Amino acid sequence: MLFQAKVGLARATAALSRATGRGGGTTLPGRLLLAVQPDAIDRLATGLRRGSAVISATNGKTTTAKMAASILSPPLRLSRNGAGANLASGVASALIRDHDADLGLFEVDEAALPGVAASLSPRTLVLGNLFRDQLDRYGELELIAGRWRAMCEALPGGTALISNADDPLVASIGRERERHTWFGLDDPAVALAEMQHASDSKWCVRCGARYAYRAVYLGHLGDWACPSCGDARPSLDLAARDIRLEGLDAVSFRLCTPSGDVPVRLPLPGLYNVYNALAAAALALRAGAGIDDVVAGLERFSAAFGRFERIRLGDVDAVLLLVKNPAGANEVIRTLAGDARRKTLLVALNDRIADGRDVSWIWDVDFERLAPQVDRVVCTGTRAAEMGMRLKYADVDAGRIQVEPDVGAAVDRVASEAAGTAYLLATYTAMLQLRGLLEARGLVAPYWQEAA
Amino acid sequence: MTAVRVAHLYPEHLNIYADRGNIAVLEHRCRWRDIGFEVTGVGVGEALPDADLYYLGGGQDRDQMLIADDIARHAGTLAEQVASGAAVLAVCGGYQLLGHYYRGHQGDEMRGIGLVDLVTEAGSTRMIGNVVLECSLDGGPPRRLVGFENHAGRTTLGPGLSPLGRVVSGNGNNGRDGGEGVHAGSVVGTYVHGPLLPKNPWLADWLIAQALERAGIPQALAELDDALELEAQRVAARIADR
Repeated sequence: MLFQAKVGLARATAALSRATGRGGGTTLPGRLLLAVQPDAIDRLATGLRRGSAVISATNGKTTTAKMAASILSPPLRLSRNGAGANLASGVASALIRDHDADLGLFEVDEAALPGVAASLSPRTLVLGNLFRDQLDRYGELELIAGRWRAMCEALPGGTALISNADDPLVASIGRERERHTWFGLDDPAVALAEMQHASDSKWCVRCGARYAYRAVYLGHLGDWACPSCGDARPSLDLAARDIRLEGLDAVSFRLCTPSGDVPVRLPLPGLYNVYNALAAAALALRAGAGIDDVVAGLERFSAAFGRFERIRLGDVDAVLLLVKNPAGANEVIRTLAGDARRKTLLVALNDRIADGRDVSWIWDVDFERLAPQVDRVVCTGTRAAEMGMRLKYADVDAGRIQVEPDVGAAVDRVASEAAGTAYLLATYTAMLQLRGLLEARGLVAPYWQEAA
Repeated sequence: MTAVRVAHLYPEHLNIYADRGNIAVLEHRCRWRDIGFEVTGVGVGEALPDADLYYLGGGQDRDQMLIADDIARHAGTLAEQVASGAAVLAVCGGYQLLGHYYRGHQGDEMRGIGLVDLVTEAGSTRMIGNVVLECSLDGGPPRRLVGFENHAGRTTLGPGLSPLGRVVSGNGNNGRDGGEGVHAGSVVGTYVHGPLLPKNPWLADWLIAQALERAGIPQALAELDDALELEAQRVAARIADR
């Protein structure tokens, strides 16, 4: 069969998938096409006049990609795997759907990245961060870093790298490449007093000594240097300075780039979103956007589905937050704890494959910081009792902990009993379940509509 | 106040699977019973404190290598402490370090401290998943132990040594002999990682009892309300059996 005919058939399955209510057709067409045409991504990508840009990281890839899209489109027409389908099948599905796009803008799972990068030969590759996440699935961080290093050596010289200089493990990758843009934070005023418990990569990649930090911003990200071998954070090409955290509403900063310095007010909370914004800004500038486009795109941004959504639950205002690994969860907690008011929480912990079968990670999350503010908490999901137990050992009073494994019943409980704002913290598949419930009640749009 | 003294060995290197959860459980279960509790972290180059319970967690291969030489300094002292009744809980990488050696894929060898007669050799695949064991540490009726394993090492116990438990679901020490972990006197080693104690409060209490005995303040442990713990255990066992 001719390649175009295979593509046409694969495209038809997306419509079928949506019509039969199986999902948004965000992975199936690509999976089918790759099965009959293993080099489909390579071939489809040649149709992108401006090539493609790829974003990978443990945390923030979906948000970063959506920020970059907010800056670049319009005027560019993008091919995006915006619904979290971030394996090769999702990239192929996006290319099948958006055959007339100018630029491919893809978020790619950190383990799938080397394969996808080899197929796409992206013009720009963003390496965001490496945190411990789903060790049952991905193995140790060093393993992923090693694969990324090998990938960088095999990339064509024309591929520009954009890397997070604040992550020493990421900074150890592709250091010798010429077209390399480094981004990071430069504001000790927002640094942590000490390293968080679950910090990774504390020991020098080169010599094993403990890194010294002039500032720790998040997990093991910061202004690092090795006192033993002298390795240090690369000098920043893009930096965020004068950072002001405005609670759950926003974060403001001065974006310093080779194209000039500008103030930005990002309508999203948390330092992690400053990292995402820097990565997106670097990518967009590299793709030809002007600094004004960057500011406009960031300031009109709204969060990717489930990452930070405000929802009305009956009489209750709710915020839906994705938590899927210690570093990300700790940032969510830091942001919530910044407002000392008492809180109603729903914590949905699933142990499906996409969440990680191993739920050990919840013990690396600093729920202790939130405990004094917990008015009541409903624990739900496949590991609801485990979550309740974790909170009990974080010193949440056992009488305030309710265990309700059924997600729908848990939401009903929060909707009828919460006072003030409710915070819904959910792992990936639990977030999809929650969204599905809210969608059925007409409270949020289906994820593939919003992501498109 | 007299207290149970815990030494947490290399908390910054051996902490890949939320080992802090195990310490938190020991601390809370002592505190809820008005038993004093002290924990001391022991880093590279530091002295080994006198303690009633020594905890060794799991680390990435690289981190494990970084501390292997350092822990060798403590081999003799640890053996003396155990001989005088101190308890040891060693998990994953820490469990491997209790033995004679860990032999990697390329034949490279990392020396252990030889506290327990066991050896570990790397396999070509990782053994990953939920586990359920049946354990009887004190000759009583078997107790259920649940958790998660994720290891490439295959551990073989020396003759005469008993495993911590019999595998009901999962791989255990080596996927062959049906044993998981090791139990030798007051020493327990296991591949069941990270938050092992929260879902298995009976094991936490067994360790606390060993430590109290050694501290010279033996007592019958007051019952606690373990409804959440036992429900979490039940759910984990059901998932493992699927």
